[in-house]
Amino acid sequence: MGARVIVITSGKGGVGKTTSTANIAVALAKAGKRVVAVDTDIGLRNLDMVMGLESRVVYNFIDVIEKNCKLTQALVRDKRVENLYLLPAAQTRTKDAVSPAQMAELCSQLRPDFDFVLLDCPAGIEGGFKNAAAGADEALVVTTPEVPAVRDADRIIGMLESMGKSPIRLVINRFRAIMVQNNEMLSQEDILDVLSIKLIGIVPEDDSVIKAANRGEPLTFAQESPAAQAYANIAARILGENVPLLQWDSYRSKGLFSSLKKMFGF
Amino acid sequence: MDFFRKFFGGGDTPSAKAAKERLRIVLIHDRTDISPQLLESLRVEMIAVLTKYMDIDESKIEMDLDHDESAVALVANIPVLRIKRGASDTLADDLTDAKIPPHTESLRNQNIRSRRRR
Ligand SMILES: Nc1ncnc2c1ncn2[C@@H]1O[C@H](COP(=O)(O)OP(=O)(O)O)[C@@H](O)[C@H]1O
Ligand SMILES: [Mg+2]
Repeated sequence: MGARVIVITSGKGGVGKTTSTANIAVALAKAGKRVVAVDTDIGLRNLDMVMGLESRVVYNFIDVIEKNCKLTQALVRDKRVENLYLLPAAQTRTKDAVSPAQMAELCSQLRPDFDFVLLDCPAGIEGGFKNAAAGADEALVVTTPEVPAVRDADRIIGMLESMGKSPIRLVINRFRAIMVQNNEMLSQEDILDVLSIKLIGIVPEDDSVIKAANRGEPLTFAQESPAAQAYANIAARILGENVPLLQWDSYRSKGLFSSLKKMFGF
Repeated sequence: MDFFRKFFGGGDTPSAKAAKERLRIVLIHDRTDISPQLLESLRVEMIAVLTKYMDIDESKIEMDLDHDESAVALVANIPVLRIKRGASDTLADDLTDAKIPPHTESLRNQNIRSRRRR
């Protein structure tokens, strides 16, 4: 019982796992859920910065596993919203500092106190991925509409399936409607057709993602930009709401406008 | 002018189409990237099933995955010595208590994709 434990993974690096984890965590907390976002990327921790909590990190989850501190001491509370916590990764350790069994045990420790445990997974299919996935019930697989990312997503989906994770759902990130319209980018149908997996949401390419990361303020706090809206919808779908997909056509005019702007240099 | 053509979606084969076709083919191969141990367990279990119905020449079995441009096939060549009499009648009963060889566990633990392929 207790929390749903969801691993956010991708195979390929840099496609938006950390961005997705932070934004979905904030959106779920705003919906009144008790949420902890766990950075499982030992040695390359990012989630603390994307969430803007880096200055308040004292302990990390390896300290908890090695009993250098209590679990509650390692949790960093986000003061901007009720019931949102970060459990940071160790920056000066390596992936083999923990085992999948220890990670699963850590998840069990978190379950009773939360509604959602979100695990931000490192790239790759090795130890770091296996650690992160060990304690999860469900998975979100993040991909961009690019060939190498989709290929790696397929590999990860196969591994998650053989580990018995369910449901496994796809986030398509950095979607560029105008390129899709021009048949210069894989469409959502193309990707789903190739991967045979359920979609949970499409996040458009959006400059405000980078601005938000610069400031350490996940977009879903404000919920104005297209990406923020997309992440809020994904959170709602995780909660079982039947939210229709963002009609990417509605961003078409905007996309067209900014392309024209670039073209004519204003 | 080139820029305009690209912008409005003209030009030759759209790259999205190429992307999809390349992915489709590479994933067929990725998904059947089968380890020798897995193929061996498959062979052993197949023999176990087949020998309930026929006598086969185990020493002459050939089995492999055949890849070509757009598809993958499991190709098996199994010399049959004799079909067992009455095999078809006992089929249903026999299946229920078919012996599962110890290799089954390793099959289950392998990362083999069972997903629908298109
Ligand atoms: N929808 C998006 N629009 C624009 N930039 C994005 C988007 N999603 C992610 N990014 C940027 O891509 C980079 C990698 O994202 P990140 O979440 O760190 O990926 P990962 O955790 O998978 O390595 C970051 O610089 C991030 O700001
Ligand atoms: Mg990351």
